[in-house]
Amino acid sequence: MKIPIIIDGHLVQVDKGATIMSAAKKAGVFIPTLCYHEALKPYGACRLCIVEVVQNKQRRLVTSCNYPVETGMEVLTDTLKVSQMRRMIVELLLARCPEMPAVQTLARRMGIEISSFKIREAKECILCGLCVRFCEEVVGVSAIGLSNRGTEREVSTPFEAPSDVCIGCGSCTYICPTGCIEMVNDEKTPGMRSMNMGNLSLKPCPNDYKCTTCDIERHFIEEMKGAITRFREKFRNSTEL
Amino acid sequence: MNKIRNILDLKKIKEQTLNKRESQKIILRTCNTGCRARKSQKVIDVLDSAINEKGIQDTVKIIKTGCHGFCEMGPIIVVEPESIFYRKVKPEDVHEIVSQLTEGGVVERLLWSDPVTKGRIPFERELPTYKRQKKEVTYKCGRIDPVDIEDYIAADGYSALGKVLTSMSPEEVIRTVIASGLRGRGGGGFPTGIKWKMCSEAPSDIKYIIANGDEGDPGAFMDRSLMEGDPHSVIEGMIIGAYAIGARQGFIYVRDEYPIAIEHLSMAIRQAEEYGILGKDILGTVFDFNIKLNRGAGAFVCGEETALIISIEGRSGTPRSRPPYPAIEGLWGKPTIINNVETFANIPLILSKGSDAYASLGTERSKGTKVFSLVGKVQNTGLIEVEMGTTLREIIFDIGGGIRKGKRFKAVQTGGPSGGCIPITRIDMPVDYDSLREAGAIMGSGGMIVMDETSCMVDVARYFIDFLMYESCGKCVPCREGLRQMHYILENICRGDGEEGDIETLIEIGQFMMTSSLCGLGSTAPNPVLSTIRHFRSEYESHIYDKKCIAGVCKNLFEYFIDAGLCNGCTLCRLKCPEHAISGEKKKPHLIDSSKCIKCGICFNSCKYEAILVK
Repeated sequence: MKIPIIIDGHLVQVDKGATIMSAAKKAGVFIPTLCYHEALKPYGACRLCIVEVVQNKQRRLVTSCNYPVETGMEVLTDTLKVSQMRRMIVELLLARCPEMPAVQTLARRMGIEISSFKIREAKECILCGLCVRFCEEVVGVSAIGLSNRGTEREVSTPFEAPSDVCIGCGSCTYICPTGCIEMVNDEKTPGMRSMNMGNLSLKPCPNDYKCTTCDIERHFIEEMKGAITRFREKFRNSTEL
Repeated sequence: MNKIRNILDLKKIKEQTLNKRESQKIILRTCNTGCRARKSQKVIDVLDSAINEKGIQDTVKIIKTGCHGFCEMGPIIVVEPESIFYRKVKPEDVHEIVSQLTEGGVVERLLWSDPVTKGRIPFERELPTYKRQKKEVTYKCGRIDPVDIEDYIAADGYSALGKVLTSMSPEEVIRTVIASGLRGRGGGGFPTGIKWKMCSEAPSDIKYIIANGDEGDPGAFMDRSLMEGDPHSVIEGMIIGAYAIGARQGFIYVRDEYPIAIEHLSMAIRQAEEYGILGKDILGTVFDFNIKLNRGAGAFVCGEETALIISIEGRSGTPRSRPPYPAIEGLWGKPTIINNVETFANIPLILSKGSDAYASLGTERSKGTKVFSLVGKVQNTGLIEVEMGTTLREIIFDIGGGIRKGKRFKAVQTGGPSGGCIPITRIDMPVDYDSLREAGAIMGSGGMIVMDETSCMVDVARYFIDFLMYESCGKCVPCREGLRQMHYILENICRGDGEEGDIETLIEIGQFMMTSSLCGLGSTAPNPVLSTIRHFRSEYESHIYDKKCIAGVCKNLFEYFIDAGLCNGCTLCRLKCPEHAISGEKKKPHLIDSSKCIKCGICFNSCKYEAILVK
């Protein structure tokens, strides 16, 4: 079923359940985004695709990447409120990643040269989550994920250990908008590639997946044994009391 | 086993339990949940052995209840039938109480005494703190044994469920809940009945119902007390909700930091299953329903409904955008109702009393009662329940007994980290969803932190932003980066490095976050900052321009000094100062050397003559 909606004055017919973003594409209206990709489920994290929706005489701000179209909806993608919001998002991102070309270009397009916010520590990743979602939804291996919370959030492998499921396909490198994931050929194992993500979290196993001769594995087992012994001692002491 | 096959069995259990109690003339109600922090378990052990020693165990019964509400005075023992109220009972006081039981006397020194008139009040119902309250939802907390289902049934528990399952259709239940005007008690205040209606109309054969017990606000313990003190009422509310929307499976999500709540809830679920209240063919009808307990791993953001759902699914709890709302597409993509545990505890009341009787309490748009945890610089801290529309003055001064140590009231923070501070000028404001929102705060789940003149409002805002910065999931840019910048600015202001324009930047970021964040956490996160700027802008200005913190909290921005006229030279401060920064002779005014002073506040707090002041 097709439903009609108005985007910036253009009347378009779109499928029921489609998102505003896809309707805008159809209408030829550009909406900036950093975390949206056609191959992936909408995520709604960068908030850059925010638009104003007029429905039942009410105006609201929604993210176009995941908001479904409804009959009688009017979408405004370039109002004063929207551009203020986008400006703010870009300034905040620029304060986080002042060196990244993708963010710099976006900022320059809005006429921002330097962020008005303080830069505390320059980071490379904007946490759009594209690499993580691509690895999970398209590649289907989930070698990387998002760890920690809040301002500590980062992309990494589980427990920041070398991944044993990464197939070295390079999708994360390809999709990363800031280019902070670098792909390098692995010298030790020919034909193998590792993803250089700042913390080298995707480097394949340094010991060629031979767990029996692995130092990390041996340390881990010793640690675990120690922990179990300590726990048993503590438990025994507490039951004696 | 007492499997309940129909509604008559339910009545029979109630009568049996009451008959069993006939011989037990004297009932001792003691809190065994919150008061454990003050050794109430030890008190109960001693009480038990003292009663056995005296040989009166057949006529005296001890009920280990949940929270009585007057936490400041714990551990509490109430002696029925007269309702004699003993406070701050220590294990060594127990023998005296027991010896008075048979003689019919009271232990005078353990009674509550009025701080002003010094008169002692023996009866629970006459305590001023209880008089202004309206205990509806928490009525059974502090009266019944939370881990004994028969006790709950004897107190008319599960009678609302019996009525619903035998005489009402799901549509009638939803109509009653809509008519009652009940709004979600978790913070948002969305009408519960409307939510249920949406979910019941969603086309799906599988539906879920979730009770949100992931209470993470600092200083809040309403949901905790309910789950600990009256877990069956939450379960009953959930079963009624499940019947109304057609769910077969329910979840209770409790944070793992609440071990007693988890223990009591799992015991309650097991008992309900044994008695045929949960499981197949509930009360002999064709309705089946089960509840599973989920333990949260301690993320504040998991109290947000979409994050909670994702957490139950076994993924890391990060919110997702709405729509689709959980009522249409929730847990595992199925229509899901998610309500706060307090909302569910209201449901049995509504259905047993009827929607009109329920809606007679409260204000025009906020019906019923609300449970608050009253904490901070107030005399009577504890769990309180008041009718919607009660003013802040009544809550803080009549129920709370005013501010500690005769200090002046400054502000009250409602709604936890996402709420705001309400100043003294608004103290006659009625407490309901809409008035609080209008004042820049929110109802939240019901935390109320009272602050006096020694609280610095800039520091309060900094504290909450600090908390939220670590508890935000970090998914969307406004919340993650906005909080980071706000925190940075507030830290600077508190350190004395505030600059002109900081206040405007804070307002700008705050308003931006409110409209552009992904979930409720981000859009309410700036509330502590925006509300303190709105009501206490002068404090921000004195921090930034005069570099002064008049409350004496931000260490770089004040100095202690001794008022020579008030100091009588008792030498206490000099002896206590860890840095030897105070000098002076006996019976002569002392002096503080500000170059040595580390502003630990020991002298300030120990001076009996209030001669040490902040400048």
